Order: sequence, then C-alpha cells, then structure tokens
Amino acid sequence: MKQLAQRAMDTATSNGARYADIRIIESRNETASVKDGKVDSSGDFESLGFGIRVLVGDAWGFASSADVTEEAIDRAAVRAVEIARASALVPGKPVDLGAPIKSTGSYITPIEIDPFSIGIEIKLGLLLDADRIIRRNPRVKVSEGRVISARHRKTFANSEGALLEQTTYESGGFIAATAVNGNEIQVRSYPDAFGCQGTAGWEYIVNKRFTDNAERIASEAVELLSADVCPSGETALILGSSQLALQIHESCGHPTELDRVYGTEAAFAGRSFLTTDKLGALQYGSRLVNLTADSVEPTGLGTFGWDDEGVPASRTPLVSEGEFTGYLMTRETATQLGRQTNGCMRADGWNRIPLIRMTNVSLAPGTWALDDLIADTADGIYMETNRSWSIDDMRLNFQFGTEIGYEIKNGKKTRLLRNCTYAGMTPEFWNSCDAICNEKEWQLWGTPNCGKGEPMQVMGTGHGAAPARFRNVRVGVFR
Amino acid sequence: MTFKEIAHAIMASSAADETEVVYRRHDESLTRFANNHIHQNVTETDHEIAVRCVSGSRSGIAVSNIVHPENLRRLAHLALELAKQQPENPDFKGLPGPSLIVETRAFDRAAAECSPAYRAKGVGVVCRQASEAGYNAAGSMTTGTTMVGVANSKGVFGQYESTLVDASTVVMSSTSSGWAQSSGWRLDSVDWEHLAEEAIRKARMGENPRDCDPGDYTVILDHYATADLLEMMGMDGMSALAFQEERSWLNGRLGERILAENVTILDDGHDDAGIPIPFDEEGQPKHVVPIVAAGVCSGMVHDSYTAGRQPGAVSTGHATSLSPTERPGPLPRNLFMRGGTSNIDEMIASTKNGLYITRFWYTRTVHPRDVVVTGMTRDGTFLVRDGEIAGPVKSMRFTQSYLAALANTLAIGSACKTVRNENAVFHVPAVQLERFRFTGATK
Repeated sequence: MKQLAQRAMDTATSNGARYADIRIIESRNETASVKDGKVDSSGDFESLGFGIRVLVGDAWGFASSADVTEEAIDRAAVRAVEIARASALVPGKPVDLGAPIKSTGSYITPIEIDPFSIGIEIKLGLLLDADRIIRRNPRVKVSEGRVISARHRKTFANSEGALLEQTTYESGGFIAATAVNGNEIQVRSYPDAFGCQGTAGWEYIVNKRFTDNAERIASEAVELLSADVCPSGETALILGSSQLALQIHESCGHPTELDRVYGTEAAFAGRSFLTTDKLGALQYGSRLVNLTADSVEPTGLGTFGWDDEGVPASRTPLVSEGEFTGYLMTRETATQLGRQTNGCMRADGWNRIPLIRMTNVSLAPGTWALDDLIADTADGIYMETNRSWSIDDMRLNFQFGTEIGYEIKNGKKTRLLRNCTYAGMTPEFWNSCDAICNEKEWQLWGTPNCGKGEPMQVMGTGHGAAPARFRNVRVGVFR
Repeated sequence: MTFKEIAHAIMASSAADETEVVYRRHDESLTRFANNHIHQNVTETDHEIAVRCVSGSRSGIAVSNIVHPENLRRLAHLALELAKQQPENPDFKGLPGPSLIVETRAFDRAAAECSPAYRAKGVGVVCRQASEAGYNAAGSMTTGTTMVGVANSKGVFGQYESTLVDASTVVMSSTSSGWAQSSGWRLDSVDWEHLAEEAIRKARMGENPRDCDPGDYTVILDHYATADLLEMMGMDGMSALAFQEERSWLNGRLGERILAENVTILDDGHDDAGIPIPFDEEGQPKHVVPIVAAGVCSGMVHDSYTAGRQPGAVSTGHATSLSPTERPGPLPRNLFMRGGTSNIDEMIASTKNGLYITRFWYTRTVHPRDVVVTGMTRDGTFLVRDGEIAGPVKSMRFTQSYLAALANTLAIGSACKTVRNENAVFHVPAVQLERFRFTGATK
C-alpha cells in the first residue's frame, strides 16, 4: 500500500498538483439484527478502494476508484488533476494550507476483544435473548435489536511527506420495543435510539447489558401508551445524558463547523449563526457550559490517531465558561481564520472527499448528583432518549422530541409523560443552563448517523454529557 | 468480468438451497460550488456484489466490491455460513422467481459522458449571474451512470443502465435566500439559466424579511415543499413492512377517504418524467402502485418478504438494497402526485391570509401514524394577504400532520416538476392547503 500511495503522489505532482494526498481504505462491517424473535438480517460487507485529492493552483480535484492497482492509481491521479483544472474555470480565493504536515506512524484502536473473533451465532444469540425478554410483554407489537462490528484499515500519504497507517474498530448496537394501541405508537430504545456505537471491541457491546434492560424498555413502551401527554408551557427541563448528547451535536457541534461558517455547506447541510465576529465575543451559554472537540477520548466514535489530513488527534475548547472560543477546523479553513487546525477533517470512506466533521464534541461534567438535581427542582420535566430532532439551517431554531418524560413536582419525579417535545433558540437555551450533573452521571455516546456533504457522507461522532437542567424552556409543542 | 460472468461464477460455487446475486456499478461525478466558485469537484467509480444465500428459511448476506473469482467463491461460502448459523425464519418464503420485466428508458449518453468542464460551465452560469446581482451562490451538479444486475437460482436475470442528472442552487443575499433544483436522467434536464433566474428571483423577493407570528395559515407550497409531503408520507407508511408493524398511517385507513378528493399519489417506476427503473433489488418488475386515489387510501409497496407474510399480496417490485446499517424493507422510490388545474398565481390570488413557501428543511416525524412532522421553511417564505404577496417573512417552524393538511387541499397546480433527493425521486405539483400550523418563528 505504501508503494501505491507514493506512486499516487508522484503521478499527481508530476502532472501539476502542488499538493496531493491519498487514502487507501479497506473496510469491513458485520451486522446481526433480529426482529420479533427472528433473524432480520445477517450480513458481512467489505469495501476496498482509494481516493486521491489534489490541489492544482488554487483549485481542488478528487478522484476515487475501487480498483487498487498501479494502473488505476495513475488514471485516478491524472483524472483528479484534470478535474482540478476544470474547477479553476470558476475560480475562488487563493488556498493556503498552512504549515506542511509530515506525520508518520501507526494507530490501532485499543480493544479488549476483536469483534470479528466473535461468531455471528453469539451475536444473534445475545440479541435473541433480549428479544425474548421483550416479547414476554404481550402488549409489545415489535421487538428488535442489532449489533454492528466494523474495522477500517487506512493508509494515508501526502505530497509533503506524511505516511500513516491506522486501524480503527467500531462496535455498537441497540434493542427496542414498540407498543401500539389504536393510533398511538410508543417506542423505547436502549441504550439510545441511534444504535449507540464506539471505537471499541466486542466488550463495548457486552458492557451495555442488553438483556438486563430488555424488560424495562418493554414495560416503559407499554406504559407510555396510556401515559399523559406532555403538558404545554414553559418550565424547567432536565435532559438525560443521551438526549443532551444529541442537543450538543445539533446545536453546538454543527454550528462550530468552520466550513458552514464559510458557506461551503450552504446549499446542503446549511450555514451557522456562529460567524467569526462572534469568536471570543459571544456568551454562547451560561458560565457552567464548557464544550470541547476531542479526538483522544477512549471509545469515542470520533476518536482516531490522525485526521484525514494527517493532523494528530487533540482536545481543543469550543466553549469555555459559556464563551464561544473555538471552531472545528481543517488546514485550509484554520489558515483562513489565522489559526492552527485542530484536526477535524474526516471522510466517509475512500470514495468521499474529507470534510470538517465533529470528532467527540462533549459537555464537561458539573457538580450535581442527578437525585439532588431533581430534588432541587420544584416544577419541571425530565426527558430522555431522542425520538425526533429538527433544527434550522443556521442551527438556531430547534425542536426535539423524546421517547419518555416524567413530570417533576416538588423535587420528585411523578407522572409518566408521552410525546414529549421541547423547542428553543440555541444561545438562549444554553444560557438557561443552571445545573450540570457530575462525572458519575457523564456518559460518552456514539452517534453513527451524522449526514453532511454532497455526495452525502454519513459519519460517526461522539458526544459526552451528564444530565443538565435548563430554565424556562418551551415544552409540549406537539399535543 | 461482466455481470453475467460474475453471476455465473457465484451460482456455480454456491452450495446454498437458493442463491441471489445483485451487482451494482456506478460512475458518478459531482461539482460543488459556494461563494460563487467551485470548491469541490469529485468523481467516483465503484461496484458492489451482494450475494444472498438461502438455507431452508434462513438467509445470509455477503457484500464486497472486490471482483475476482476467488473472492466471488468466498462470498458465496460466507453468505451460506451466515445463513446456517441462524434459527429458521418461517416468515421467509424463499427468493422470488422470474416475472416479466418491462424495459424502461432512462439512459442518456450525453449525461453518461458529461465532462467536468461541462459541469463547470453550467455552474459558472449561476455563479456569474449571482455575482452580477450582488449575491452569493452555492450548489452542486451531479451526473452519473448506474448499472444494476440481478440474478438468482430460480431463474431471475435482468440488468439495466440508467443515468442521473441533478442540479441545485441556493442564492443568498445578506438577509435572504432563494432555491432552485432540477433533476432527471437527461443532461438537458438542467437549464442553468432558468435555475439561476428562479433562485435569484426568490432571493430578491426575500430581502429584509420581517417577523411573522406562529399560528394557522393557508399555505401555498412550491413543488420542492410538496415533495417533502410525499417523502415523509413515504417514509412513514407507504411500506408494507410499516403496515405489518402497525406504524403506518395506512393502518386502519385502507379504503377510506382521508385526503381531499383532488389528491392522487402513486409510485410509478416506469414514467420517464421521473427516473424510471424496470425492476427492484430482487429482480421483481416495478408495479405502478396507487397509494392514494382521489383521496382514498389505496395501497402500499411490497418486497417478496412482506408479500410472503400477507395472504394475497405480491411483490410490487420495491425491495431496497442491502445495507450494513439498516434494513428498511420495501420503499417507494418513484413518487408522483397528479397535477391539477391551478397555478401558483391563482393560488396566491385566492388566499386571504397565508404563506407562500419555497421548501421545507430538516423535517422529522413527531408521530408516524398521523404523519405529524416538524421542520422549518427555508429559502423563501412570503406572507400572502388578500390575494397578494405582502412581503417576505423569516423562516418559520411548523408542527403539522401532513395527512390533515392534505385533507384540506384547496388547489393543485397543473405543472409538475421532478426533484430528487437521497431517498427517492418525486414528480410533484405546487399545492394550496387550507390550514397549516406554525409553532415557532425565528426572531
């Protein structure tokens, strides 16, 4: 692979590229899923290919192929240069990549158990055991579960001398129960609704203890059918850890992507209200709010050795004591801002060009125990596990729904609530945060389904959060 | 290797009771622009071989993009091993047999051979016009070719090749934006001069928007917003799998009139106003499936698995491709809403207090059985008062049952437009809906 990578660099530069990089990636995914006591799907998916990115003058080109041979590498390198020359027909500003990146080395996700060493029958058995427990509840209409194992072997090289080998492992999955009564439908998922994943081995799935949680989610789904609808009004809102993780993803992670700010996602993923004049000048949240972009936290879905420009993993602040202080950046965008990249360039496979993507964007823990926080809340609602999510193209106006909620009265969780929703505007919401739970309540969640870019890229991102309280939030938007 | 050779090699080496091979090859290029220049320009050539092996009533799947004889044999072996390690699934009735395939026409050599320079010339039109108007344009143009082949050990064999052309742009001023999109399979589906004019006109109309109070409004939806109605209804319940799991809006409503009488929605994989395909990922011919006929809930789409679970049902040719992360079941991918007799000007003229909306953004289901959806308006939202556009307003958040909205369809435009996204292709008119609930505004 190293020889092929070097050949690509030589061909690209000899044809006129002033910068080039290549990623050669071999990926394998194995899935096992069950539904209603039967195997729904059992599959093994592999993919091999390479993508070459070139900069000719100030114009970019990219070509990829599944044919990993010297001849195909030569063809793709030449084609990438031709495409860059076509880009120059509608030219933009000068491109400055900043200091050269010459990283060398290798990285392997630390794992305890290779997920591909576990037979598919064991994975299906785990899911079928949980499924059986869920279906003991006769009012459950659909029971389901899935586990995913993935491995990506990547060789990266650039024309500046970088040469990297990385192997990342991913493991994850979920179980869910759906209950239906007439026109009412309620779902409870575990650990979350997105098939929580991490960069980890089989131990990640075992530690989730699906079977220990199966009966609870079945009961909750059924109980929700007859629960009261979330009341409408403004109240104190305590978000559980996984729902807060998605709130961070949508209202902090995405708006701090500097490519959105610079407009290159305007036509698809959208822009951002966090324009550069707000950097260091906006009180994004209350003084309790500290958010970081982190690609070193173990098991995070945004954890790696180097990003797809060869920049080493790091942890950098985005919001410090509520003040907006940093972006997710790449070499080109960071240089444009007069900063150093924090290594957020990531691509969904060999056939996609890298873009700014979240790594692990997390909220630092506070000091509260969850029980104390609830006891401190006279009137409010606790919401947990995402059910729907929507936010505008500037990442300001959001509305989320959760699978489950509880009314809080005089410091106690009281009646169960269904069809919970809340809505708000990003800075007002985060400035209303008046309590964050401590590190015992903090969990790192993996979101495997973040879409961005054209052609569409789906990326895994990580988000750590402990439950937190927000004041005067509008709830019960849908009744 | 040709598809026929690949299929033969896999079938010959498979020891399974039944074997299916799906081959997909695509060559796709995309030119992306923002800030009035090209910032991303990519091309991709890939192929994929998906092997499904059946042992008894169990099936395993192995997918790879590595085409050489040894790997093909490995895939057949791996898929069978995955099948053998499962319990029997009595709901799975085996692979479908062959059916008569009606050929479709969706291949345009000019689109297949489109060069990066041609795409650059096209996007250059909108970049230049936006720049001359003092605006900022972003968007993309995609051209590509897909070849799909399906074969199985019961005699299914078919292949087709189609092209895709898609172009879109958002043109922005400091206070507004306008959108235009065009999709199809012919290179001449895209008229960049027209797209630029449409998006720039909306951006100009939308400058200096004012606040607008949430509440109930009559709405006039541009084609792009109408497409979202069909997309969410498709995701939330036009599938037989959703129906069988009782999460579909069709549950309990088949045969009932729940939408206005002027609303007819169907999935049509043959009409070349969309991007037709002759068969699905199981090699089953595409049926034209009426979903809503004159307001009455009429049907749903099946693959062989859902048809096998429902007495009297047959596959309608809507099986989806095998994915490592999801198994969505059958889905409508060619959704048409029949045009009416009106047009946007007439709809505006007949509206006392309403909103004219270009498109919806980030729509998500809040309640699937009633297709209650929340989302934002985007790229041009205009207040309509007493039959005239009274001016632009800021983007609004809605939370609305799409079924309830379409139950009160006042008018449907005669002109339909083809737009495509990651999930499906839509051929849709503009519509006027009597009531639509807006639950929040951007101040």
